[in-house]
Amino acid sequence: MTEIMPSTGAVILEEEGLDEPPRRVSGARYLFSKLGGAAVSMVMVILLGFFAFRILPGDPVASITRERQLNAEQVEQLRQQMGLDKPLWQQFGDYLVNVATLNFGESYVYKTSVSSLIGDYFWNTILLTGTSAILAIALGLWLGQHAGWNHGSLFDKITSGTSLVLWSVPTFWLGLLLLMVFGGTLHWFPTGGMLSPDPPTDPLGLIGDVLAHMVLPVITMVAVVYAQYVMVMRASVMEEKSADYLTTARAKGLREDLVRRRHAVPNALLPAVTLVFMHIGGLIAGAVTVETVFSWPGLGKLTYEAITGPDLPLLQGTFVVFSAIIIAMNLIADLVYRFLDPRVRQA
Amino acid sequence: MSTQTRLRSPRAMAWERRRSSFAEFCREFAQNRAGLIGLVFLVVIVLLAVLAPVLAPASMLDVTTLIDAPRFAPPSWEHPLGTDHQGRELWVRMLWGAQVSLLVGFAATAMSMIIGTIVGIAAGHFTGWWGGLLMRTIDFFLVLPSLILAIVLTSVLSRGVWTIVIAIGLTSWAGTARVVRSQTLSVESRDYVERARVLGAGHWHIIVKHLLPAVMPLVLANTTLTVGSAIIAESTLSFLGLGDTTVQSWGAILRNSMDVSAATSGYWWYVLIPGLAIVLVVLAFTLIGRAVENIVNPTLRNR
Repeated sequence: MTEIMPSTGAVILEEEGLDEPPRRVSGARYLFSKLGGAAVSMVMVILLGFFAFRILPGDPVASITRERQLNAEQVEQLRQQMGLDKPLWQQFGDYLVNVATLNFGESYVYKTSVSSLIGDYFWNTILLTGTSAILAIALGLWLGQHAGWNHGSLFDKITSGTSLVLWSVPTFWLGLLLLMVFGGTLHWFPTGGMLSPDPPTDPLGLIGDVLAHMVLPVITMVAVVYAQYVMVMRASVMEEKSADYLTTARAKGLREDLVRRRHAVPNALLPAVTLVFMHIGGLIAGAVTVETVFSWPGLGKLTYEAITGPDLPLLQGTFVVFSAIIIAMNLIADLVYRFLDPRVRQA
Repeated sequence: MSTQTRLRSPRAMAWERRRSSFAEFCREFAQNRAGLIGLVFLVVIVLLAVLAPVLAPASMLDVTTLIDAPRFAPPSWEHPLGTDHQGRELWVRMLWGAQVSLLVGFAATAMSMIIGTIVGIAAGHFTGWWGGLLMRTIDFFLVLPSLILAIVLTSVLSRGVWTIVIAIGLTSWAGTARVVRSQTLSVESRDYVERARVLGAGHWHIIVKHLLPAVMPLVLANTTLTVGSAIIAESTLSFLGLGDTTVQSWGAILRNSMDVSAATSGYWWYVLIPGLAIVLVVLAFTLIGRAVENIVNPTLRNR
């Protein structure tokens, strides 16, 4: 579990459980209020970025040049280059212009512009986290609904027990373990990177090569994240299980699995799907450690290199981009929820 | 014999009530086997961590005295948990590491709970503009993964154990604040709070006398769950190289193990043991947290 502060399913449902009932508002108004919320969050990220990278360190030049030998002239040049000789409000203005034009400065480690680096690595992260998210959601929702439906059964005990243990596992350690067993000892899968040193030239071989490199990182991310989804879905199904409409469905003579599939699960999915989307932020944060362990060339690995550099312009860039992805995912969650919930949709 | 009942002050009555409900709480907790196992395990680990200087003097970690010690010795009778890349006994490092990992876990949780409770109560109690602003802030921190923020904070501040505590504490309070806020909202609508307000009670009185006692059980249940998460957060930050390299912690040991590629070089104990310790301790906290939660939140019973 990388999202460092998740909660067990029941708690998640309680705490984020939509304490305000869905209100009937018009589609356009709903869309605008959610878009506005996302915009406010993005503004907060940008303010936080300025505060963390310009104001908090006291002297940004000192923290950038930490562990680096520079003479006074070079430091002064850097200071001017970063615009630190200007008053703070002017620095803030420059910063806003830079963020708006996606200009995060130049990376110290790579010696190229941060935005082009992020552009190069962006899709690798999306490939890794996207695949993991789809697998984790499918697995988590499936296991969760069966565990919740047969609450107290052996299947439920094994599923929730496994989830509880996986939930206590640090993501990077699980990665190290898999790397050790399947990469180091058994040599079943490559131990890192995205491509072999001399990748196959034909397209099919190339895809196969990437897939082989993806297996271990994807397993790591799925294993750590699906547990949360199991707990959410399990709690949600259990909530629906005692509903009157299920008794009606059974009285009609429906088979038990039809009662579950057609009546209980669609309703249980509603709160679960929203929470699943909300927790995608955790999955994306998990990319930092998983990509570090498996040397996957994505934004997470860039973040790690920015930390070890230290390369603050690069770190600032990945911070803003990661935050933007997460805010976008939450916006999508809100819109999907509206689409899924007929009570809200038909209003 | 006098039939006159002894007069008791409201304070004494409140204490008596609290004592009896605490006894009730202990009785119920003792019936939860998983929670009890977690508690016993934790007590043992805390004792071991506290006794680290006695069991394994700090000199055993001094690399300069270990020139002849075998490097990467696998676990054996002489080296119970094996040795590391500098010949240090892994069990000694684990003991000292337990101190830091647990300390960071508890300290960061305390910070996160205090911030979460204050912000949560304020967001629930104060209506209007301020409450709305606080609510947005909570949502913002809830959505943004704490790891990303904690990485940024530890990168720009000077390295050290307390920097890690602050980074985790400052970024992990949103979940608590959210729970506290909804509890505050439900207490706020009760008649006795209304009565207090009609009698002229101010914000401070209502918050301290009525809201705080009502949200405390929930905060406590959250605390145990959060300590586990904070320990994982510490290990993750140390693993990424954001910790204090002069201090032992379980995350720092794993960091060293990655630096020497222990995972692909066959030094399995170097990777397995610190991680296993983290998993077991976090699991213990989770089991205790769930047990406490079951008691303080009756709607979750039978789950």
